[in-house]
Amino acid sequence: MKLGLFIPCYIDAFFPEVGVATLELLERLGCSVEYPLDPTCCGQPMANSGCQDDASATEALFVHCFQDFDTVVGPSGSCVHHVRFNLDAIEQTPQAQKVRGRTRELVEFLLDDLKVVGFPWAAFPHKVGLHDSCTAVRGLGHARPSERVNEPYFSKTRDLLDKVRGLELVKIDRPDECCGFGGSFCVTDEAVSAKMGYDRVHDFHRHGAEYIVSADMSCLLHMKGVIDRLKLPMKVIHIAQILNGGPP
Amino acid sequence: MTRPVDPERRAAGFIALELHESTHDRLVWGMRQNRDKAVAGVPEWEELREMASRIKEHTLTHLDHYLEQFEKSATKLRTHVHWARDAEEHNAVVYDVLNAHRVKSLIKSKSMLQEECGMTPYLQQRGIEVTESDLGERIQQLSDEPPSHIVVPAIHKLRTDVAALFAEKIGTDPKDSDPHALAEAMRQNARPRFLKADAGMTGANFAVAETGGFVVCTNEGNADIGASVPPLHIASIGIEKLIPRGRDLGIFIRMLSRSALGTPITQYTSHFHGPRRGGELHVVLVDNTRSDRLGSPDFWHALKCIRCGACMNTCPVYRRGGGLSYGATYSGPIGVILDPGFDLSKYRELPFHSSLCGSCTDVCPVKIDISDQIYKWRRVVAAKGLLSFAKRVGMSALGKTLAHPPLYHSAEAVGEWALEHLPRFLLYNPLNPWGKHRELPAVPRQTFRQWYIENRRKP
Ligand code: SF4
Repeated sequence: MKLGLFIPCYIDAFFPEVGVATLELLERLGCSVEYPLDPTCCGQPMANSGCQDDASATEALFVHCFQDFDTVVGPSGSCVHHVRFNLDAIEQTPQAQKVRGRTRELVEFLLDDLKVVGFPWAAFPHKVGLHDSCTAVRGLGHARPSERVNEPYFSKTRDLLDKVRGLELVKIDRPDECCGFGGSFCVTDEAVSAKMGYDRVHDFHRHGAEYIVSADMSCLLHMKGVIDRLKLPMKVIHIAQILNGGPP
Repeated sequence: MTRPVDPERRAAGFIALELHESTHDRLVWGMRQNRDKAVAGVPEWEELREMASRIKEHTLTHLDHYLEQFEKSATKLRTHVHWARDAEEHNAVVYDVLNAHRVKSLIKSKSMLQEECGMTPYLQQRGIEVTESDLGERIQQLSDEPPSHIVVPAIHKLRTDVAALFAEKIGTDPKDSDPHALAEAMRQNARPRFLKADAGMTGANFAVAETGGFVVCTNEGNADIGASVPPLHIASIGIEKLIPRGRDLGIFIRMLSRSALGTPITQYTSHFHGPRRGGELHVVLVDNTRSDRLGSPDFWHALKCIRCGACMNTCPVYRRGGGLSYGATYSGPIGVILDPGFDLSKYRELPFHSSLCGSCTDVCPVKIDISDQIYKWRRVVAAKGLLSFAKRVGMSALGKTLAHPPLYHSAEAVGEWALEHLPRFLLYNPLNPWGKHRELPAVPRQTFRQWYIENRRKP
């Protein structure tokens, strides 16, 4: 199986270690992974602002770069969600449909496709707060949203973290409240976005989390910005880093 | 072109009040939690949602039939049925009826439709005294503000705000902010007006085509005073309020108050079938852009709304910024998808006042795809050339750069390039809005791409 690695633009630029952890983890699990050098972004920033015209060239580039892979895997729920559900600023050619249908988010790829049973190399003896991102929960169906009170709780991210030695998950007050990142929303609606970020981070802090873990680095980028400003004794970490054996 | 309302600036103002924002978030989130508890007591909740959604879809796709059926059955009950194409016609019809009865003073219960039509100022300009009978709505009327929430209109105010307002307007003790005392003071003040009113007005939560009756749900029983004390009762009903049969009501009544406040049912669920003895009952069926919306494949589902407010209660943006930040009749997620349909130019910024978290879609008892519609409204705004200058310039520049790998990758370190350019690209703004409350990430030594070339591509 030819597996294409999709590293979103902001991970490439700001969190290369998350890209490295994703790549190493997939290799460890026996995948042969290739990272095409040309893709820049999935088009989401423009499309989310309603700018289909501005998104189309980037989306076309994305499809072009990944069309020869059997599967595309990316460590970001919101980017994968865009590719699968909203990448429609370009003509829906067979190639576009193929790439969209085969793009998988890392957590679902590990759990549902590879059916990984354990990460024997991974230990993380810390109190960890789980942030399932909004697009992962409500867009990709990776966890039961809190609104659906009559259905049993599940979270694919949690299922993976349960396989890590020593890791202790803390309970928080508002399990799937949005962190306020929201793409360009974080700058255009600065006051609301920042307040949401503060509230979210305080919820984790109040409950003793040492780390906030997520499969979505964009949320973590936002919460890290808040943690650093407030100088709280907490860190953020992408799930790929934990599953790959902890931060370097 | 109308000047757009600026929800971001208004929300920032509300958040700056600190105590207002934190109290508001706590109270409104409390309603969401109560909703969760109430829903947990109804194991078949998801089936109810599905049924409610289907009934509404069926009615809306056969609306002409059901409207005529309603008119026929209501007329048989000796209800006068009027039709209004838009707000202006609605107000004129109402005024004509009031005028024919020489009405000088009117009490009304909360009606979002009458808000939407701007009815109160219209009648006041013509010499009719209008008094809101719902406590929260009365508070908003005295403050000269629209409701900030469709179920609890003054939820953005602190007790002390209400005490100050009542002290100024009805002469209570400004230091006494006990809620019971305040409610009692308003009761004493409003009672005489209720008793002397010449007419009462209500909205309607549901209108039943089969029976020609309609239902008004309140928690204060205030609609019932308006409908029972004065001899004349006028109800304004949006054409989307129709449901086919009396027995369909059970589904909606079970969901409405559970979704809104987490109570099994509203304190008062009043059914009106024709005028009471010696009285007169008029119903105004109002379109006001509803049939345009019905013709829109992307947005017609919004007409299923039963105005429960659950989407507002769950919305993290609404809870932080408050309902007045939307600057419109309807606020919160439902407002974001309704308001642009009334005036796209004025409300063009509302679809961006959302983080697209999607929670609204999951709480909505009639399964409106609210979050998807917000996303689609952004496209409409952009396609009509109504994007703000900052967004337009930012997105076009970003789109060009990201479409060209050499351009994008040419910078030695993309991170530095991004840090320097992205905020300006996004905002065209010399101040960095990210950095006001948050730190920017440090720029790593190399990008992932550079690492990959060094570690996986080199022989
Ligand atoms: S959109 Fe749905 S949740 Fe929001 S007020 Fe209407 S019915 Fe209630």
